[in-house]
Amino acid sequence: MKRYLEIYGIMLRNSVIREMSFKANFVLWMAVELLWFAGQIIFIEVLFQYVDRIGDWTKWEVVLLVGTHQLIGQLFQAFFYVNVANLPELVRTGKLDFMLLLPVDSQFAVSTRQFGMDNVVNALVGVGIVIFALAKMHVTPGALQIAMYIPAVALGVAVHYSIMFFLSTISFWIVRAQGLIYGYYNLFNIARYPDSIFGRGIFRFVFSWIIPVIVVANIPARLLGRIFDAPLPLLAHLLGAAALAVGLSRAFWHFALKRYSSASS
Amino acid sequence: MNLRKYAKVFDIGLQNTFVYRWNFLLRSLFGLVPLAGTVLIWRSIFHQRGGADVAGYDYRAMVWYFLLTVLVDNLITPTEDEWQIAADIREGQMNAFLVKPVNYLGYRLSLYGSYRLLYTVVTLVPVAALIWFFHSFVVLPASTLTWVLSAVSLAMAGLIQFFIAYSLAMLAFWILEISTVVFILYSFEYFLSGHTFPLDIMPVWLQSTLRILPFTYEMFFPIAIFLGKVTGADLWSGLAIQTGWLFLTWLAAYTMFHRGVRHYQAVGG
Repeated sequence: MKRYLEIYGIMLRNSVIREMSFKANFVLWMAVELLWFAGQIIFIEVLFQYVDRIGDWTKWEVVLLVGTHQLIGQLFQAFFYVNVANLPELVRTGKLDFMLLLPVDSQFAVSTRQFGMDNVVNALVGVGIVIFALAKMHVTPGALQIAMYIPAVALGVAVHYSIMFFLSTISFWIVRAQGLIYGYYNLFNIARYPDSIFGRGIFRFVFSWIIPVIVVANIPARLLGRIFDAPLPLLAHLLGAAALAVGLSRAFWHFALKRYSSASS
Repeated sequence: MNLRKYAKVFDIGLQNTFVYRWNFLLRSLFGLVPLAGTVLIWRSIFHQRGGADVAGYDYRAMVWYFLLTVLVDNLITPTEDEWQIAADIREGQMNAFLVKPVNYLGYRLSLYGSYRLLYTVVTLVPVAALIWFFHSFVVLPASTLTWVLSAVSLAMAGLIQFFIAYSLAMLAFWILEISTVVFILYSFEYFLSGHTFPLDIMPVWLQSTLRILPFTYEMFFPIAIFLGKVTGADLWSGLAIQTGWLFLTWLAAYTMFHRGVRHYQAVGG
């Protein structure tokens, strides 16, 4: 474990040095993410012209939800996105060989090479929106709520990672995998909607347990801002769903590696 | 101009793309998830309002609107064209086109046409299944003129989208990495062309600004004609503005290419 932390420290340092040498790009990517985020806030603004609640969520609760979604999504992008998105390219060109030869866990090696500094800044913007929404709701979360929110956010990042990693792993079978990365964005498109719009049917079950995108941001937001909801079952649900997602994607990775036949050698 | 060579390019485009049919199919299947989210959130909103309409849309009209956006998106939105064009420039492939009697814009336009055709065919099954599922929400225009005008406007919308993508890709003549610029434009297109919601439910002051911006004419306008949301003088002035944007975006595409080629260093050629 200590060795992995050391390796990660070195990669982190390299990433920061690399990013700082392309400053204009850094600022532009930050602008891209901020524009998307602003668009989502406008979307909420337009919807709430016509209603004062969506399901049992008020406007500022939905803003809290979107801010939480931003925080989790950006943390995932900071730590893992570029690496996992690059996996299909590694498979296509056969460069994956070099990753597999390293004396570390293969999943660790492909998932942690680069770190996105711009996403950290955008994650902080998410935190700012969350605090702003809480102030508008006149809710002051106690130490207990915050103590549950932080691990819930981490579990959310784990779900993002697992689903994206699973999709990227499909590239062992399908050569061009842009469609899969597109799939990640499409799946998580519904993560920022209040869970109560999904009713009680099969759709809700699938996207709460099998592909648990609905719970990723909703449960942390409920834990932080809706203190009258019972917290423990929510946290248990998120923990269960995240454990399932991490376990399944790792098993799928090992299954895929068995049939990897390297493109170049 | 010899059209046969562009027909051949069209054919090659079809063959190249068909290799990646799985990619297409997955894309269109995943695309259904946000659509489901949109339908569900509007169901919740109309439920909350006790069925009262939103700026002239009831629940059924709203769902039909979003089904049309999916269909139009498949028909006209360029998917990979800008990345391929930028790669042609960056990697020096452009050399091959400069020395041959081929108009690059015509070449790319033929490819765009074949991509769109194939994409639409591959995604026809899921989209048709979807429309069948919601068939009771489907309202088709009664007059032939509406059909014709929305088709004309749709074709112009496709060309505007293509020329914008093409012009942006031309930036690769000057800068190495165009993706940030492309994504900045995407975010405007996504929120202002009618993907996220019909533009006529936005606040009125914003709508009057949007009327003159190109985004409206990249997607929303042909659908609005089809749904009978724009009629009379608004319809004709809208078509005029759209034609104006078509010309301007073509001019941008043409100018960017000719200035870019002068700047071109044929890296790797």
